[in-house]
Amino acid sequence: MAGIVEKGIEAIIKASGYFTSLIVLLIVLFLFREGISFLGSEPIEEGYALYTSKSNPVQKVTATQIKDIFDQKILLWSELGGSTDSIRRYELDDLKSIFSESELEKNFENGASCVRKLTDSIPGSLILIPKAAIASEDGLHKVHTDKIDLTEFLSGKEWFPTAKPAGLFGSLPLFLGTLLVSLMAILIALPFGMAGAIYLAEIADQKIRNILKPLIELLSGIPSVVYGFFGLVVIVPWIQKTLGLPVGESALAGSIVLAIMALPTIITVSEDSIRTIPSDVRQASLALGASQWQTIVRVLIPYAASGIGAAVILGIGRAMGETMAVLMVTGNAAVIPHGLAHPVRTIPATIAAELGEAPYGGLHFKALFALGCILFLITFITNYIVDSISRKRKLK
Amino acid sequence: MITFPENADLKKKWTQIVFFWTARILSFGVILVLITILYFITSKGFEVISWDFLTENPKDGMNAGGIFPAIIGTLYLIIGSMIIAFPIGVLAGIYVNEYARNGIAKRIIQIMTNNLSGIPSIVFGLFGMALFVNYLNFGASIIAGSLTLALLSLPLIIRTTEESLKAVDNTFRHASYGLGASKLYTIRKVVLPIAFPNIITGLILSIGRVSGETAPILFTAAAYFLPRLPQSLTDQCMALPYHLYVISTSGTDLDKARPMAYGTALVLVMIVLLVNGLAGLLRNYFARKVKMK
Amino acid sequence: MVPKIITRNVDLYYSSFQALKNVSIEIPEKSVTALIGPSGCGKSTFLRLFNRMNDLIDKVKISGEILIDDRSIYKIRSSEIDNLRRKVGMVFQKPNPFPKSIFENVAYGLRVNGINDSQLIANQVERSLKNAALWEEVKDKLKKSAFELSGGQQQRLCIARALAVEPDIILMDEPASALDPISTAKIEELIFDLKKDYTILIVTHNMQQAARVSDYTGFFLNGELIEFNETKMIFTNPKNSKTESYITGRFG
Repeated sequence: MAGIVEKGIEAIIKASGYFTSLIVLLIVLFLFREGISFLGSEPIEEGYALYTSKSNPVQKVTATQIKDIFDQKILLWSELGGSTDSIRRYELDDLKSIFSESELEKNFENGASCVRKLTDSIPGSLILIPKAAIASEDGLHKVHTDKIDLTEFLSGKEWFPTAKPAGLFGSLPLFLGTLLVSLMAILIALPFGMAGAIYLAEIADQKIRNILKPLIELLSGIPSVVYGFFGLVVIVPWIQKTLGLPVGESALAGSIVLAIMALPTIITVSEDSIRTIPSDVRQASLALGASQWQTIVRVLIPYAASGIGAAVILGIGRAMGETMAVLMVTGNAAVIPHGLAHPVRTIPATIAAELGEAPYGGLHFKALFALGCILFLITFITNYIVDSISRKRKLK
Repeated sequence: MITFPENADLKKKWTQIVFFWTARILSFGVILVLITILYFITSKGFEVISWDFLTENPKDGMNAGGIFPAIIGTLYLIIGSMIIAFPIGVLAGIYVNEYARNGIAKRIIQIMTNNLSGIPSIVFGLFGMALFVNYLNFGASIIAGSLTLALLSLPLIIRTTEESLKAVDNTFRHASYGLGASKLYTIRKVVLPIAFPNIITGLILSIGRVSGETAPILFTAAAYFLPRLPQSLTDQCMALPYHLYVISTSGTDLDKARPMAYGTALVLVMIVLLVNGLAGLLRNYFARKVKMK
Repeated sequence: MVPKIITRNVDLYYSSFQALKNVSIEIPEKSVTALIGPSGCGKSTFLRLFNRMNDLIDKVKISGEILIDDRSIYKIRSSEIDNLRRKVGMVFQKPNPFPKSIFENVAYGLRVNGINDSQLIANQVERSLKNAALWEEVKDKLKKSAFELSGGQQQRLCIARALAVEPDIILMDEPASALDPISTAKIEELIFDLKKDYTILIVTHNMQQAARVSDYTGFFLNGELIEFNETKMIFTNPKNSKTESYITGRFG
């Protein structure tokens, strides 16, 4: 009896052991299910379709073209590869004023025939209408929209998910924004981080080390929203004043805040890799008449290079995933970054800012999950690199 | 026979002095940043914090009053997430250190735990929304938020448990086996009691982490403003970090809300200081106890 | 016999622990002196006196006189320590090449001491590698990483690295203990060749090795120098009964 209980408990322990694996798999499943269903969707507003006259040779338009048509930047069909007719847009409300209620009938039961009439009589017409109003597409010329594919999602230069009637889902500006802010953060943090690691590992005596180490750990314990708040009330106004900017919320502000947040990681991981160097390597250098500093720069840092590299990659990975602090200080302009002094928007900040407003299950919602997939892959790759570096170090 | 340049040693000495001081100054720069942040928030927040601030509801569009519901909400989320994460995390740590043999299984678990700890908190938020809020239909609620935060804090608990078990000398285990005790009995009666203070350190650090996380609860639990305290697990709740975010970026009157924000930030910082201090004390206590044995 | 190294009444403390007790010795130049004794007897600590490696450890207190070429090495100015360390080379227990090329490992001591003339460095690297009996094996791959060499080759590289700054004295701390028998034999051969130009001190656990390579042997026990004499005397006719017990294998 006791044996059975014991077996049962041990089974629970084993199950707990695999729990994190299960969670990671579930995260992949739920994230990518939404994310992948985003790819292959039509960017046009859910439940709508576009029709034109049968004589019109244009079969397909892209999301950007739809936006430009409705923004009246594209005025002629010839710009889309069609005739020289100008584009004449109609929406549901226009149909209501053109046709009488009896012609349309209740609930637009005659919608299809009205659209046919309109497209037949006006060759340049383009009608945006809910699919529900079209009972049958017989004799209609539907203009298809390019399905969203991976290349377009990754390389598209415009992120405007709420654009009507077709959202723009180019994640490039967000990705570049994330990259810019994170890389810049590491560049700022690196001299301080390296100095801190060298100081703690090789210069400071035990007493000072024992005081400084917990303080640096404390730095990593402060919530990111507090960093964001500090950035907002101190760093942002300071940048605005010193650089004379219209707004202080900028890539630079984000980089500085992220640099502070990345410091503990860079310091602890680098320090660790310097301290674990066998002491006789140090002594061999000193025994040749090298100074302590020469030993640090010429022997210890090259020796610890892979560990320091791991620290940097880890730092970049963490910075790219950081949400709240960045959201609060970067100004969140979803455009390709112009420079450090301009507002940018990162991938995590986009998710945080938009998910609350994206209708559940809609295209925008799915697009944000697709962004989440990108973030997940970034962490996955980061971890893989760091892991393989540290395993190689163990072999050495 | 080679001759070394006479000034070389002097040059070495001065280079070393210059660079050592540079390293020192930059390192203390890091500490200075920390002190600046702490001082800034403490000095500004100290003027705001009072008994009333901690025990009253927000008033006037959250520009005045207190942060009581946010404190309570964060407390609920801490308790909820720890009830879930602590047992699972400790059991998983036991499995990895005591049961799993060095092999593929252990490697997989460690890689997966490592991966989980690297996943950005906003992705936890997405996942929590997809699984708990929508798929399991909990809605945005304390339970959904607690579950999400629990997953986020698991790796930390697993790792500290693993480390504290590793620190327990094998002679204890062998002595127990030698007396005929089973593996599970040995773990329960011998290994766990020794490792316990350190495991608790992991719990405390997770509490610190959970109390400050915003992104995972944005869509799973946090409410902008609730006039009354949550009544059940399926209610939304206010939370300190989200409250700070809201009143510092999107309140009705940002300037008027600033003092409230300073106060909230200070409460968050105090939680962090408390948690780190407590963890440090426990760690010292543990180190001494192990040394005595 | 000309003494190269002289110590008189040397005591060394790590905090409150006394690691060396009243050690007096005169080590002849251009000879090999083996330091033997059980683990923790102080022989490695003693070895590290002569390039002031013990200075690196906190809370070390040293008293007594330590002379190299009749100069007290603990009364020199701190700026002269680098000079001392150039004159006293050291080889460690495990091969510990730097993460650099073979060439740069040997050139390291020259470069850190302010020599930039690349021709001079190249000549010196070649000569040192030849003296360390490694040149033939590595002359075609000087740019390769030192980690690509075998353990025995790495150790000879470390010896070449020490030779490059032209020391008078070479301290060896169990230089062959991490090597296979063939590599060990090569190192011993090398030590034999080197003694015509250098004064060599070698700490070893291996009694046969001490008997094979050294001219003089000192036996340490609990921080004391129990006996110091010509090697053949120590191994055939030890004066102290503790020495006799040790070399006949009764303890340690």
